[in-house]
Amino acid sequence: MQPLLENLNALAAGLFLLTAFGIVAMRQARACLHLFIAQSLLLAASAALLALRFHSPHLFGVALVNFITKPVIVPWLLRRIAPAEIYTRREIDQVLNIPTALSIALALAIGAYFLGIPLMQALPPEYRGPNVPIGIAGLFLGAFTLTVRREALPLLLGLLAMENGAFLAGISVARDLPVLVELAIATDGLIIVFIVGVLVRAVEQHVGTTAVGELASLKEAAAQAEGDVTP
Amino acid sequence: MNVVVILLPPLVAAALACIPSGRRWWTPGVTLLSCLLVLVLAARLAWRIAAGTSVTAELGPGWSNWVMVDGLSALILLLIAVVATTAAIFSVGYMGHGERTPRRLRLYYANYNLFVFSMLAIPLLTEPTLVWIVVELTTLCSALLVSFENTHEALEAAWKYVVLSLMGAGFALFGFLLLFAAMHAGGAGPYTWTGLIAAAPTMPPLVAQTAFLVILIGLGTKVGLVPMHTWLPDAHSQAPSPVCALLSGIETTTILYVILRLFPVMQGVPGAHAETWALVLGLISVGTAALLLLQVTDYKRLFAFSTVEHMGIILAAVGLGTSASYGAMQQIVTHSVTKSFCFFAAGATLLAVGTRQIGSVRGLIRRAPAAGAALLLAGLAITGAPPLAVFLSEFAILRAGLVQRQYLVTSLLALFIVIAFFGVMLHVNRMVFGTAAGGQAEEDPPDETAALRFRLPLSCAIALLIAAIPVIVLGVYIPPPLDELLKQAAAALSR
Repeated sequence: MQPLLENLNALAAGLFLLTAFGIVAMRQARACLHLFIAQSLLLAASAALLALRFHSPHLFGVALVNFITKPVIVPWLLRRIAPAEIYTRREIDQVLNIPTALSIALALAIGAYFLGIPLMQALPPEYRGPNVPIGIAGLFLGAFTLTVRREALPLLLGLLAMENGAFLAGISVARDLPVLVELAIATDGLIIVFIVGVLVRAVEQHVGTTAVGELASLKEAAAQAEGDVTP
Repeated sequence: MNVVVILLPPLVAAALACIPSGRRWWTPGVTLLSCLLVLVLAARLAWRIAAGTSVTAELGPGWSNWVMVDGLSALILLLIAVVATTAAIFSVGYMGHGERTPRRLRLYYANYNLFVFSMLAIPLLTEPTLVWIVVELTTLCSALLVSFENTHEALEAAWKYVVLSLMGAGFALFGFLLLFAAMHAGGAGPYTWTGLIAAAPTMPPLVAQTAFLVILIGLGTKVGLVPMHTWLPDAHSQAPSPVCALLSGIETTTILYVILRLFPVMQGVPGAHAETWALVLGLISVGTAALLLLQVTDYKRLFAFSTVEHMGIILAAVGLGTSASYGAMQQIVTHSVTKSFCFFAAGATLLAVGTRQIGSVRGLIRRAPAAGAALLLAGLAITGAPPLAVFLSEFAILRAGLVQRQYLVTSLLALFIVIAFFGVMLHVNRMVFGTAAGGQAEEDPPDETAALRFRLPLSCAIALLIAAIPVIVLGVYIPPPLDELLKQAAAALSR
């Protein structure tokens, strides 16, 4: 039973890594959202499998909270708050073209592996598993998404994917975290969606775009030019 | 009385501020009242801690895993209360100036109170993951304050602020979870700041060290340490001035406090070298900010870069070791009170001249004497001119550096502080005393008459006066209770 659970967990973690790559590269905003939902479900699955494996009620709590908030409440909140336009946007020119972005992402994932393995070996054997290196990779790929994407929705999903990555590593090494903390962290994720949604709506209203990554007027040089114009 | 009560006034005020009321004084009044209440509670708490009472022991047994108050947290609480109160007074006039709908004002004050609430929770809580959550909350509650003006620039600043801060927070979350794992690998105990210190010697060093570095980078993003500082000058210059005072004056300090909590833990981990990292990152921040100060063209950005510089000074001082701890704590206090004063002065200047460009402001002392005098004092105070507060604390840090025989670090710090002094004063001097290009603008009639009509709103003037008191007094005299509190806070930085 236990090897089966561990193998299934490894499968969930592997698929998790794939979705993280997808969020970096998918042009269509809606596809990113679907990938994020899949990623959150895989995180919940991994938590549930580890809960069975280690008989940990805390992890069942994590699985449940993740199962409810991210795949269900996050898309619902986004529909309520953010402008509908963010779903339909496609990014034609990303900061980096997709093959380059994916190669860098691959390098990051390999780097995460080499960071994660020694960390895992420093911990007692029952904490070892694929979760730590893949969680670190998820963290890195989420951060990388933030640097290459310009549209609001992929950026927001990059933020949430980072948190997913931190969690995927966290559920294997910090299993006994109080459920209160889990609940608070989940609530926090919802507040992120809410605030970012409100911000995107304000940007759309006042600036007229949802490509928030392209906003770049605040620089010393820009201020200099402006200063030259005003007497 | 339970210390957690201090969190109630801002929460209640946030709810009350949302109530639509026909009276103009309702929302600012409620906010001011709540801030005063928090100030009284925080001062009382600080007083008792300074007198040697163990407030944590008075809490029930169920609380000790979640809430803790010692000298360091009492000091931070007091600073938050002081700056929040003066900024609330300043808000009355500043936000009342110009045309803002009552609905916008309600939004402002509700967010203001929530922001103060989230900051107050940080020093009170002792469970690191919960602290992480309230750190996130500070970002989220202040995001809409940064974007409040809804201009292109403000929205861009808010966006950068949210994305970079939350990105840092993602790393920090991983760090805190790793720290938890490191602690449990060595044997279970309560996951609290004190529990971590006790468990430090049994942690696997590699895991603890990685956790520390990840947290330092993650939270350092929000503190504005170079090279993760890029959002800070934007957010801290585009927000309304009272909010800038909160952001620069105490939010950065409060997040830095969380990093400081890890130092006694890392001292127990063999071969962790937390101090070296702090020293390096601190010096890089001070140096970069000091040089960037020279080329700034927006006077609110000037003070924002100065925040980066001061965070670097504090971190470097902590890195210098125990003899500089007192100086570091003193610097935290003097920076908070001075930086909030700086942004009030900048806000008064903005009200008077209507532009943020340094190049467009000349001869301020003649056009708006109060704003000009305040700006001059602010520039002198923040760069550490004697006999003002920052001078005393910077002097203490440099002296401690010499005592530790860290000559290279101390001389670099001194050099950067001097560069920053010239950087800030060059700009401020031109703004306050300078004449416009060509030298004839002094007698420029239309400009002059328009400016002469400007009167600083009364509450802004009061806030400036109140905020100036600690800036001047702390330079010559440190009251004994505060001295005691600083000593206790400094002691909390080592095992």
